[in-house]
Amino acid sequence: MKQILRNIFHSPRFVVGFVIFCIVLLLSFYPMVSIFTPMEIVGSGFHAPGTYVNIKSTIQSRSEELKYVGAAGLSNQFTAEELGKMQEWLVKYGGIDQAVVDEAAENDNAFLELWLSTYSDDVQYKATQAYKREMQKYNKQILRITATDSLEIGEGDSTITVKSNQFVNVKNISNRVTLPLGTDNFGADVLTKLTSAIGVSLKMGVMAGAIATAIGLTIGLLAGFLGGWVDNTLTFFTNLFTVIPSFVILVLIANSISQAGRSPAMVSLIIGITAWPWTARSVRSQVISLRNRDHVNLSKLSGHSTARIIVQDVLPYILSYVIMALILQIGSGILGEAQLSMLGLGPSTTTTATLGLMMNWANTFSAAQNGQWWAFVPVVLAITLISYSMNLMNTGLDQVFNPQLRD
Amino acid sequence: MGKAMLEVKNLRTKYVTRLGEDVYSVDGVSLKIEEGRSLGVAGESGCGKSTLALSMMGYYFPPLHYISGDIIIDGQNISGMDPDKVRTSVLGKEIAYIPQAAMNALNPTMKIIRFLEDVIRVHEPKATKAEIRERAEERFVSVGLGKEVLDRHAVELSGGMKQRTVIAVSTILSPKVLIADEPSSALDVTSQKLVIKMMREMMEKGYIGSMMFITHELPLLYNVTDDIAVMYAGQFVEYGSAKEMVFDPLHPYSHGLMGSILVPEEGTRGMNLTAIPGTPPNLKRPPKGCRFAERCKYATVECSYVAPIEKKFGENETRMYRCLKDEPWLRKTYEEEQGGASNE
Amino acid sequence: MSEVRERKDYTNGPLCLSGRGVTRIFGHGEKANVAVDHVDFDFHEGEFVSIVGESGSGKTTLSKMLLGLLPISEGEILFQGKVRDISTRAKKAEYWKGIQAIFQDPFASYNIFHKIDSVLLDCINMRGGKNLPYEKKVEMMTEACSFVNLKFAELTNKYPFELSGGQMQRLMIARIFLLKPKILLADEPTSMVDACSRATILDMLLNLRDEIGMTIIFITHDIGLAYYISDTVYIMEHGKFVEYGKADEVILNPKAPYTKRLISDVPKIHEEWDLSTVELTDDY
Repeated sequence: MKQILRNIFHSPRFVVGFVIFCIVLLLSFYPMVSIFTPMEIVGSGFHAPGTYVNIKSTIQSRSEELKYVGAAGLSNQFTAEELGKMQEWLVKYGGIDQAVVDEAAENDNAFLELWLSTYSDDVQYKATQAYKREMQKYNKQILRITATDSLEIGEGDSTITVKSNQFVNVKNISNRVTLPLGTDNFGADVLTKLTSAIGVSLKMGVMAGAIATAIGLTIGLLAGFLGGWVDNTLTFFTNLFTVIPSFVILVLIANSISQAGRSPAMVSLIIGITAWPWTARSVRSQVISLRNRDHVNLSKLSGHSTARIIVQDVLPYILSYVIMALILQIGSGILGEAQLSMLGLGPSTTTTATLGLMMNWANTFSAAQNGQWWAFVPVVLAITLISYSMNLMNTGLDQVFNPQLRD
Repeated sequence: MGKAMLEVKNLRTKYVTRLGEDVYSVDGVSLKIEEGRSLGVAGESGCGKSTLALSMMGYYFPPLHYISGDIIIDGQNISGMDPDKVRTSVLGKEIAYIPQAAMNALNPTMKIIRFLEDVIRVHEPKATKAEIRERAEERFVSVGLGKEVLDRHAVELSGGMKQRTVIAVSTILSPKVLIADEPSSALDVTSQKLVIKMMREMMEKGYIGSMMFITHELPLLYNVTDDIAVMYAGQFVEYGSAKEMVFDPLHPYSHGLMGSILVPEEGTRGMNLTAIPGTPPNLKRPPKGCRFAERCKYATVECSYVAPIEKKFGENETRMYRCLKDEPWLRKTYEEEQGGASNE
Repeated sequence: MSEVRERKDYTNGPLCLSGRGVTRIFGHGEKANVAVDHVDFDFHEGEFVSIVGESGSGKTTLSKMLLGLLPISEGEILFQGKVRDISTRAKKAEYWKGIQAIFQDPFASYNIFHKIDSVLLDCINMRGGKNLPYEKKVEMMTEACSFVNLKFAELTNKYPFELSGGQMQRLMIARIFLLKPKILLADEPTSMVDACSRATILDMLLNLRDEIGMTIIFITHDIGLAYYISDTVYIMEHGKFVEYGKADEVILNPKAPYTKRLISDVPKIHEEWDLSTVELTDDY
């Protein structure tokens, strides 16, 4: 056993696949630490990845009023040179008398009033762009100083007023929200939903794979070992299922079950009972080559029952093969769920997400057309990584167990 | 003394297992085959005789690795050559190799003539189809296969015919050395006899310069080759002419091996079969002293510590044995045993 | 050196296993292939019988039928004078107490997942020793192992694949020693072991016969080996026995053309191997 494990972990392919799979598996635990539940609606509609605050978020946060000296201290806001430039503009382009300007300059309020009533970005005059831009900058600064409007947010006792010259430090916003992968069409956090979907899809894959392998293994073992009419009958059914594309059967069964009946477990069951034929066929051929082996003959000569011979003398020999088949079946189970869901035949539920359903929603809400990549690229990546890791592990195991592939 | 067609000097090669362990399966083999002569290599399974055959071709691919030694074919040393050059200029032309399951290696979708075209074109890219057919027909008629075989597929031939066809195909370029690894072991006795008869005739007609024949069947070797070498744990423990080796083996291991020959002849029933207890040593860690010491009933303490060297004697030093005990002592011991047994 | 074994004549003992018109046909209709074609035989108690045949002669099919692993198409097999009845599982189990086998490939004969102890314990259980105290079982296993020159203490808790081919085949004989069947069918038991181990195995088979009085049916393609070991030799070709009789008579004075050819085609040591009996144009 130790030796086998050592061999397995000497296969680079298996190790890489295993590591990828472990990472994906770890990701599926993210919903446990996430502040959202997978289906929780965080905002409305698609939001690109980023850090978000909303008005409510600022209520409990510490706001800081930036201390402008108000009307009394223009000299605190502008240098003498800048003030001079502004006066010059009023005279030159504003059409105000030098005397009036000089008088207004004595009083901050009078000057501001004069400026506000005279200056406009729309005034046409001949000057360099740099000059014009400088003037616009002064104007903005003045507008900010003189602004008096404010926003009342919150309700009742927690109402506060944030004035326009007040700022809220981002660090102090206690419940700002970072959405690393944005939100989907429902406004749910994609990361939380995706990781929970990975978990659900893996569970469905394992269930579908286990069902398919169990059926295939049983049929393969019985057909291969017993031979005769049992073999003929079972092979007939296996071939029947093989020639009809299993996806068609899958769609038909899925379609015949009502929307409400299609829970994740039901969908895995449907996938499982359509995916077994190739496992059955390959197990059967393996068993046929084993049943004439001398240790099986000796076991018969020792008077052991057929059931005991199958379990003790045949099954252990094909176990490595069955594990490989199981891994492949899990991978194809996950893909099968995605396929079904894309067609709208996936699990129908509002309480859980699966990888296929997320793809389906992204498709329905035209995420691709609108460039909302965060709604489907991570999902596609997750599916790809899972199948890729499964395939890697499978070929890695094949290298270990199949002497023909050994180098 | 004829011209040496194949000379191997102290060849050492190893296998590397999946877990990176080295298995020294050919560990210091020297041999010489003269023109028109054949050498048989006998030994138990796992003694390295098949690895020796593979190592002789100078064409190494993992897990087989070359360590040291020379392989000289008709004066040309191929051991240090570039593998690609070995493949295009040595394999098939200078040295040909027939593995045990060769007959199963024929692609069933191809006619026999196509294999011949492939073999010839590696060395003579310009040969035309007509030329090749002419040469092939001549050779096939000459070895008794008949030219109609050329247009058949491998599946249409019986096992023995297939094996003979493979031999004829691989030797179409008249190689100087043919290495045959159990070429007839999977066949029935009559097919085996035909394979041997054909190989003998090819030697006589000069289609094969010299031959190394590997098998575990001693009566066969005795009837096929001029000389016999006995291999044990990666080394030759003894060699000599076929007659000497079968009727007068010196090394305790060869002595045991020859004592286990069973043939349907008068006297067989009254024989005392020799049994050698134990198993061959693990070639990952070859023993320090004599490799046979553990199983040898004549072994003394020094056998476990001193590795015996090759001792040669006889005219032209055609006889060799690798044992710490000397020749007279061994002969005397065997004689006494024989006497003791027949007295009872 | 062991002394030359004294060979008693067992060929006149009471009948142990006989066959009348035993036939096996594979397939139906035009594709029918007669593997064993109406063979008759009489094996006596304690007799060492060899069935010699080349590949495809039907010897393995015959051995499977003798063992009851393959149904007989026609004819009947008599076991200890009575027609063999293996129609139910219980009857089969009873029959298998009387006949056991050693197969060709020791590496394929063991379940690699079972330890050596369980292989031997299984035999004790089969002989009705299930309720014996463990010490008694160990004693029996030790005795069986020492019969084949193995040490049970070194084998316990090991897996069969840790042994060499020769040792595995000897362990098979130890198994037979524990089971003590009336008949042992040995299907090429030495063809995959080295020449040096072969002698030991043959010696142990002869010991089994001498100590337990077992009938041994030895299936082989090696006519030299058959001649050395057996009392009686049956030569099989294309599903039929073409010749049978005492080993000396059949081998040294063959009557059937097939036997003559077989013997002349085997390479020999003292006599010349006459290559002129075959022509290169023969299609073999």
